[in-house]
Amino acid sequence: MSTTGHEVEHAGSHGDNPLAPGLPPHTPRRADVDPRAARRAERQVATLFGVAALAFIGFVVAYVAFPVNKVVSVPLIGETSASNLFLGLTLGIGIFCIGAGAIHWAKKLMPDVEEVSERHELRGSDEDRAEAMGEFARGSAESGFTTRPLIRRTLLTAMLLLPVPLVVLLRDLGPLPGTKLRTTLWAKGTRIVSDVTLQPIRASDIPPGGMVSCVPEGLDKIEEEQGNLNARAKAPIVLVRMRPDQIRSEQGKNWDYEGILAYSKICTHVGCPTALYEQQTHHLLCPCHQSTFDLADSGNVVFGPAARRMPQLPITVDADGYLVAAGPFAEPIGPSFWERG
Amino acid sequence: MSNAARTPARRRRHPLATFVVLLVALVGVGTAYAALSGLASGTAQAAGSSATPQQIEQGKQLFLEGCSSCHGLAAQGTSNGPTLIGVGAAAVDFQVGTGRMPAAQFGPQIQATKVSYTQEQIDALAAYVASLAPGPAIPSADQLNYQDANLQEGGALFRTNCAQCHNFAGKGGALTQGKFAPPLTGASAKYIYEAMLTGPQSMPVFADTTLPQEQKQAIIKYIKAVQAEPNPGGLSLGRIGPVSEGLLLWVLGLGLVTAVAVWIGAKVS
Repeated sequence: MSTTGHEVEHAGSHGDNPLAPGLPPHTPRRADVDPRAARRAERQVATLFGVAALAFIGFVVAYVAFPVNKVVSVPLIGETSASNLFLGLTLGIGIFCIGAGAIHWAKKLMPDVEEVSERHELRGSDEDRAEAMGEFARGSAESGFTTRPLIRRTLLTAMLLLPVPLVVLLRDLGPLPGTKLRTTLWAKGTRIVSDVTLQPIRASDIPPGGMVSCVPEGLDKIEEEQGNLNARAKAPIVLVRMRPDQIRSEQGKNWDYEGILAYSKICTHVGCPTALYEQQTHHLLCPCHQSTFDLADSGNVVFGPAARRMPQLPITVDADGYLVAAGPFAEPIGPSFWERG
Repeated sequence: MSNAARTPARRRRHPLATFVVLLVALVGVGTAYAALSGLASGTAQAAGSSATPQQIEQGKQLFLEGCSSCHGLAAQGTSNGPTLIGVGAAAVDFQVGTGRMPAAQFGPQIQATKVSYTQEQIDALAAYVASLAPGPAIPSADQLNYQDANLQEGGALFRTNCAQCHNFAGKGGALTQGKFAPPLTGASAKYIYEAMLTGPQSMPVFADTTLPQEQKQAIIKYIKAVQAEPNPGGLSLGRIGPVSEGLLLWVLGLGLVTAVAVWIGAKVS
């Protein structure tokens, strides 16, 4: 039954059975029958190994020859580091040629004989199985597991309690977010300041067609205190200005200030920052999945996977003439979540 | 025992042919993309000085000949082109100077092509349009001097205001319905400044009131610094990071590995 490889019967012996046609007939390789082909293959293998050797020498040369900051211009690639380029090329060519040579050698010149190894039966012999069972019974008896109940019970108790620490750790997945997903820093009277420079903005500062990326005043203080970016993740808005007669908004009438509209910058699909604003179409495009919102029309979705409109922030001006929020967002910003319904 | 019907195996294709064709096609697509994406706008020249009446008259003649069919005889705009009253000299200098105007053909977006006018003619056109109504002027050499600007602030401003469309390395990107934000590779300081000032086509306006001169200079300094950045790792792959790098590795790298695996397993004859 246990057979190792042996010479294979080739097709013809099983040729009548279409389900088991056997191996195709052995065809000798050119190098097996033609000494000139064999010599040619030998030369090819030697050439590959020779190229590899030269490449490794080239690696050392390149290492010495090119300083790290030397930049060369290469077609298609452009400006690139000569050292990186030649070290990578020589090492890559060298290793590839060794592998290619070895495979070429094995395929063309090493013995070409089909071999078959029969599969073994998976089931052990009856004697082996009986012996294994005997060993188990003997071990069980010798350990005293059945005769010493105190040890057995304490061990079982310990094993039962083993998962408890893991379950307790699951608590750290909470607590539930509470109202965090529904609230932002924006409230009635929160002054709108431009992102990065944190300058307050007057309505006259924004020309028609203009866009400003903004955050609420005081965001930087909160970031310093809390040391995290949760507030910032929810707060960014874009201010855009269009002619008042271009606004087709039904919801949120008078949420604009003289044609200036404020929208959340967080996509309602999966929360990417969305600020690809086209001033001619008034479309706001999300770069992640191409959700497109019409800012002239309540931020409604006109294309893409987003299911909800872009939340709009009602704005007005304060006594000093600076743009402020007229109230918080009327709906949660960002992607949908389980409890939102 | 019949040894019949053993026709000699006709091998019409080499076993690796499929992979070679695939590889060639992939490399071809990559090369074509790299070549096409290299298109960039032209170079800048010094901005024109204050307009003379002759210049305005010359500009008016040029306007009537080359622009009025779309923008109207008095630049009031038609169904084919917007009004130019109040767009200012900067808009004219940008649109004509980068070869966007006169428009080669209408489409989702007017694209930069060959510049059709000399800088002198462009200055005359700009002077004429600026004479119609006040608008943003062509930035002066002093305004364009970005050498002393704050590079770090420029980076922060660029990432907040520009990167969403133009990519954080200024390589451009797609907008809706065939429109796109062009790459800033090779864009001159003057045209970057004018684009921010006037908001050409889909681009919003970033006026001096919300983005003052020093901040515009900082942004320009950042773009110029990125432009000068070499690619130490070899291919820039659009400088869009893991997306294109992953795609290349998955398609080309794994394709190559698969091709070699097929070669190793292939029968020799």
